[in-house]
Formats: sequence, C-alpha cells, structure tokens
Amino acid sequence: MDFVNFLIQLLNSIQYGLLLFMLAAGLTLIFGIMGVVNLAHGSFYMLGAYLAWSLAAMTQSFTLAIILGTLLSVLFGLLLEWLLFRHFYKRDHLDQVLLTFGLIYVFEEMRSILWGDDVHGVTIPDLLSASIPLTETLSYPVYRLFMSGVCLLLALGLYLLISKTRLGMKIRAGAFNHEMTEALGVNIKLIHALVFAMGVGLATIAGMVAAPVSSVYPNMGSPVLIMCFVVVVIGGIGSVKGALIASLLVGLVDTFGKVFLPEVSGMLVYVLMAIVLLYKPEGLFKN
Amino acid sequence: MSHAHSPLESLPRSLHILLVTAFLALAAFPFVGTDYYLQMVTRMMIFAIFAMSLDLLQGVTGLVSLGHAAYFGVAGYALAFLTPAGEPIALWWALPACVAASALLALIIGFLAVRTHGIYFIMVTMAFAQMVFYAFFDNKVLGGSDGLYINFKPEAMLFDLENKSVFYFFTLALMVLVYLFLRRLLWSPFGRALSGIRVNEHRMRALGFGTFSHKLAAFTLAGALAGLAGFLWGAQSGYVNPELMGFHMSAHVIMMIILGGMGNFAGAIVGAFSFEYLLHVFKDLPEIAGFNLGKHWQLWMGLFIVALVILAPRGILGLFDSLFKSKESRHD
Amino acid sequence: MTNVHDLLLRSNKITKRFGGLTAVNEVSVDLRLGEIHAVIGPNGAGKSTLANLLSGDLPATSGHVALNGQDITGWTPEKISRHGLGRSYQKTNIFGSFTVWDNVRLSAQSRSQPLPFNPLAWLKKADHMRDVNERAERAIELAGLQHRKNAIAGAASHGEQRQLEIAMTLATEPKVLLLDEPLAGMGLAEAESMVQLLLRLKPLHAMMLVEHDIDAIFALADQLTVMVNGQVIASGLPATVRADEAVQAAYLGEDH
Repeated sequence: MDFVNFLIQLLNSIQYGLLLFMLAAGLTLIFGIMGVVNLAHGSFYMLGAYLAWSLAAMTQSFTLAIILGTLLSVLFGLLLEWLLFRHFYKRDHLDQVLLTFGLIYVFEEMRSILWGDDVHGVTIPDLLSASIPLTETLSYPVYRLFMSGVCLLLALGLYLLISKTRLGMKIRAGAFNHEMTEALGVNIKLIHALVFAMGVGLATIAGMVAAPVSSVYPNMGSPVLIMCFVVVVIGGIGSVKGALIASLLVGLVDTFGKVFLPEVSGMLVYVLMAIVLLYKPEGLFKN
Repeated sequence: MSHAHSPLESLPRSLHILLVTAFLALAAFPFVGTDYYLQMVTRMMIFAIFAMSLDLLQGVTGLVSLGHAAYFGVAGYALAFLTPAGEPIALWWALPACVAASALLALIIGFLAVRTHGIYFIMVTMAFAQMVFYAFFDNKVLGGSDGLYINFKPEAMLFDLENKSVFYFFTLALMVLVYLFLRRLLWSPFGRALSGIRVNEHRMRALGFGTFSHKLAAFTLAGALAGLAGFLWGAQSGYVNPELMGFHMSAHVIMMIILGGMGNFAGAIVGAFSFEYLLHVFKDLPEIAGFNLGKHWQLWMGLFIVALVILAPRGILGLFDSLFKSKESRHD
Repeated sequence: MTNVHDLLLRSNKITKRFGGLTAVNEVSVDLRLGEIHAVIGPNGAGKSTLANLLSGDLPATSGHVALNGQDITGWTPEKISRHGLGRSYQKTNIFGSFTVWDNVRLSAQSRSQPLPFNPLAWLKKADHMRDVNERAERAIELAGLQHRKNAIAGAASHGEQRQLEIAMTLATEPKVLLLDEPLAGMGLAEAESMVQLLLRLKPLHAMMLVEHDIDAIFALADQLTVMVNGQVIASGLPATVRADEAVQAAYLGEDH
C-alpha cells in the first residue's frame, strides 16, 4: 500500500472515528452521570440526518439547516428528558432498556409518518464540495475534512467544558454523588437536563454532518448505535477520554480491516472488543 | 444487578390449575382449529420455549441479555446447513446437533460476556449478537441477507413431522418438557445458586460459590434451549434469515418475559402467547380516515412497551399476583 | 488436628493504596484458634478495608496473607471462603427477598455445591440435601433464630438481620471468622446475646472482630490492635494497649 492510499485510509479512519466519538461521548456521559442507558441514542443520529435533509431543502442553506437543526434537537432532548428520562434515572437498567427500545419503535414510526420511508441525499454545499488533489488520479474530498474538523472542534469544546469550566466541575461532581452535590447548592436537575441535551445535540449534529456522505434512510441509527456501544465498552463507561481513544481505535480497525481483510472486516471490531474484555472487563479507562 | 422485580418463584395453587387447563386446551386445539391457527399456535409455542430459555438467564439469574436471539437463529441455520437439498435429515441426531451448535456459541460468547457486569453485560451481549448477525448477513456463503431454505422437515421414524398436527403435538410436548425441566432446575442446588446470584452476587462469592462458572453454565443452558426453539422454527417455517438473530428478535423475547412476568417460566409462556397475539392485533388494525393503523404497528407496539414499563413492571402474572394478594389481605 | 492457640491466619505487612491514599499501611495481624483478636480505631482508620483485604474482597497492593500456612494473597473471595474463612459484613449483606431459613440454607449449600455444568445436579432437589439442612439448622440454632425461620429476611428487625448475618457466615463452617461490627446498631439486650454468642464461638474459631463498642471489646478480646489512618499504632494484650499513651491520645481519649 503506497503512502497516498495509506493517507487516504488514515484520514477516513479518523473521520469515522471522530463521528463515532460524537455519539459515544453523549452516550457515555449520559450513562456515567445519570446512570441511564439509552438504546434510542441512534435515533437522534437519524433525527439529525432527516432534519438536515428537510431543513436544507426548506431554507436552501446547509449552514442554516445545521443551526436550526441543532436548536430543534436540543429542545427535543430537553423535552424528552423532562417528560420521560428523568423519571428513569433511579430505575433498573432493564426498565431503561425496555423504555428506550419502545422509544426506538416510536421514533422510527414518527419518522415514517413525518418524512416517509424513501432514501434521500443531501447535497454538499458548494463551499465544501471541492477535493484536494493528492496525486494525478487521487484526491481527498474537502467535505470529509470538514466533518473531521467539526467533530474535532466539538470534542475540544467538550473537553474544555468538562475540565476547565465551573459547569464542567459541577457535572463531574454530579457523577460522583448526587445528594452531596445538591446539598452544596448545585441544581442537579438542571445539570442532568443539560447533560442529556448535550448528548442529544452531539448525536444529532453527527447525523446532520454525516448526512451528505451517508445518505438519509430509515433505520440508519441502528448500525451506528451498535458501534457506539462497542466503543463505550472498549473505552470504559463514563470516560470521555476512553470514548475518544476507543472511537479512533475502532475507526482504524474498521477502515483498514475493510482494505486488508474484506471477508471478515465486519467481525474485526468485535474481535477487538473481545480482546479488550479478556484483559479489562470494564474497558480501557474505567474511571 | 436486576432484582427490583421480585419473581413469583412459587406458583400459587390457582395458577397451577390455570396452567394445567391451558396445557389441556392446547392439546385439544388441533381438533378444533384450522390449519392457519394451528401454525400460529405452533409458532407461539416455539416462542414460549425461546422465552423460557431467556427467563432462566434473566428472570432467575438476573442477567439481562440483549443478544439472546443469536442462539435462536444459529440453530435454525445449523438445520439449514445440515439438511440436504433433496431429502430430509434424521431428527434423532439433527435436533441435538443444532442445539449443540447454539450451546457452543453460547459457551464461547458467554465466556467473554459473563466476566462483565451490569450495563456492560447488556452492551456486550448486544454487540456479540450483532457480530453474529453481520457474519450471516454479509456472507453469501452463509446465505447472506436472503437467508436459506430448509426443504424438508426432519424425519422422525415413529411420526411424520410434515403433518401439521403431528408437528404441533411434537412442539407442545417439547414445550411442556422444557417447562417441567426448568421448574425442576429452579429448585435444584444449581437453580437456588442462580437465584442467590440474582439477589446478591457479592455475598454468594463471599460464601464460596463460584459465581462465574454458575453464570456461564446458565448462559450456555439458556443458549441451548434457545437453540431448541430455533431448530423448531427452522423446521416449521422451512426458511431462516439473519433477522432471526437480530436485535429486534432479542428485544422481542425480552418483552415477552416482561409482559408475562419473570422468574417462574409460566410467565414466559403467558408472555410469549400474549406478545404474539398483540403483534397480530396491532398489525391487523384497520385504516381510519385514510391513516393505515396496521402499517404503523411499530408505533402502537412502542407505545405499549413504554406504557408497560411505566405501569406494569411485573407483567401479567405480577398483576394477577397483586390481585390475589389484595383479595387475601381483605379476607384477614 | 488444630490445637488451641494455633496460628490460622496471618497477614504480613498487608498494604492497600487507592491512588494517592494509603488506606491500609503494612498491617500485620495474627489470628489464633480459640482467640478473639479485636481491631479498633476511629472511622476511616481502614479496619473494614483490612477485613476486605483478608477476605479477598479487595486485592492488596503489597504484602501477604497466609491461611493455615498457605499463601492466599490474590485469591478470589470464593476460593478463600472454601478454604475455611468466613466473613460477616458491617453493612448487612443478606438475601433480602428470601426467608431467614433460605438465607442460611443457601449459605450452607455452598459447602455441598455440585459443579454447575453437571446435569445430574440440575434435577436434584435442593431442599432434600440432608447435610446442607443439618448445617443450616446448627447455624440457625447458634445464632438464636429458630423461631424466625419463615420470616422474610428483608422485613426482619435490624437485630435479627445482624444475627442472620452471622448465621450465614457460620453455615459455611469456617475455622477463621472475620466479623465486621457484629454489634452495630443493636439495643442493649440484643448486644448482650451477640456477646454471648461470640464467646460461645471463641473456643472453636480464630476470630477477628472489627468493632466500635469499646466496652464489648474489653470483655471479649484476647488480643487488641488499634488502627489510625491505616496504620497500626498499638497491638497486644488489651490491658497493655489500653495503657499505651499513643492510644489514649489518638483514640481512647476521644468520645466514642
């Protein structure tokens, strides 16, 4: 494999990995801080993609679509948290699994009713539709770099928020001990709502940003959700750092696996997970 | 981990009577039912075996698996691979072979999954089941997304499984046998240990029980019994596809035992029948004002599940039990 | 054949560090048959952590533990239990939804548990295992719970639950007993029964008692170790330890 091909695959790995991170970070935070598992997390990714498609069509502006879409989905996330999720923080994982599985069905059908069952494409905005030439025959799409850029920026923002701000400190404290944090005057309910909304927001943005590349189709959240779970298992629940490293690892294994071992490429990521489990049943960075 | 739902381990007398009546009714059904309903009830009984296998893992041992369908599907596929294109395979070795295939897969995956706890276990079982799903879905050699056909039902020397009534009774017999076996197992030293693990695994270890090997044995046995159900499914329908091992199938079987009530195996049977019936009801909903209710059955199913979790966490038998408990306390 | 005063359990400089915090610092204790070795200290002194290290609930950072002369450092809790060590917990650790009898019966069953992959064991009836039932009866009687066999454990009184806690440990017929605050939260009469029980157990076991109740300690202990901030500050005969200045200053001088 020559250097240019290697570079292309490496960039693809990073892009896929960072996209997974957007979803995994939300999932691991929501679980780490509120102790709730959300099987419908992939549905937010799908919601993002469909929002991108319909809003872009309505406003004729991809940028506007992303801004509006993020706003709408964060509001939706807050509503969902207030209405349903906050009553399930203290319940059995089984109950949470069932609730969120029911929600997957509901969301799929709502999507079917609102947007139909057809596959759609989202056009890449002109500004980002160029390709960077690497050799005479090969070039790399700018849009994919844009995707990585957005995810990287959000990842950085998340890191700064969690570790450098007072809000982040309150979030981290809440993960340790709800009662104590509350006693110290922190509005834990607000923190939970914010974390949940953040998780939803990240997943939706991922869907929006990925839409031009992956297309918009029914049930598109399922395969992504599974990868997300694998990432969280490998990285360790509650660890955002673990989610990042695991996402990149999964991105690399999956992308290069498809190149070198196409027959078994689908299984490689699970083999990776199995190996991690043998030595670290709680993930690489269990906090 | 999950012991918030206290199971009805000891069935009250009233329930015993109800169960026996139900079994007798099932035995009489082929003499009154049409072919269509015979097939439907056979399917329900197959799901009942599938549900009971999960109840052992989840209701008794407390391990919530989101990937139990993998062992259901693999046995069906094993039958598809074993059955030649032009003739049937002998039942006496095909059945144990297919069940063994599921058991082996469960042993391997269980060995990796059982070392995890809580939410990790849920995610890991789901992930491995998806791995199995994609292994079949992506590979034409294994049938790919189209699946495989089983042209002949297995051949038993003493009876003809191609006869729908005979197949029905065969399935009924197996369902009753599995039920009796699991009830016996529940009160064996193994079963008591599994219940202890569900309630307080930490203390079980401190008392000297090898909880890892017990959980692994439960996982493997549950997988084997799921395989029995999968074998019957493949034999009855003559067709297997990756959806049998998919996430939706795994979630459906969880819903069956939640709906019926976990931990006593009777609930699993009740839940399987109820869930399948409910699915039919939702899918057959009519069109009202141009809106096809039946087409969007997933919506009603989803809302039903959400309502179930919020209102009736102990399922149908749990409601039944609460009803009886309140009646008894009023008589005191 | 073990004799009174035989050394059954020894920890040698056992240490546990959690990141920067040293919870247990090079603690060495000896447990001998027929003796009660009490471990006392203020909250957070590391007493329960020490018990956890000895029972295998926590892996040690360094140091060794030997049971009957065998090095058990790094063993799993179940393996240590099977080799004759029994542990009771400060925070009641029972099977709340089972009856008192079922709690003790299951505990006794651990000594007769068939291998899980043995299909013959799947068809046996657990209630018909005579040796298990006898073991459980003995433990119930020792703990004084004969009249409460059918009570649901989670609904029993606090004192009864503490008794059950001990009964479950006794049902596994250990030679070494690690008891973590058996008197915790008990009223005067219940505490007196428990003290009598502990004295009855003494001749046949090597016992370590983690406790707060100073008076009970001086009534029961043959050996006394005082821990503060993970460290042993005094160890030996109760009378000697009581007179130790460091102990007076650090612990006995305070209100307990």
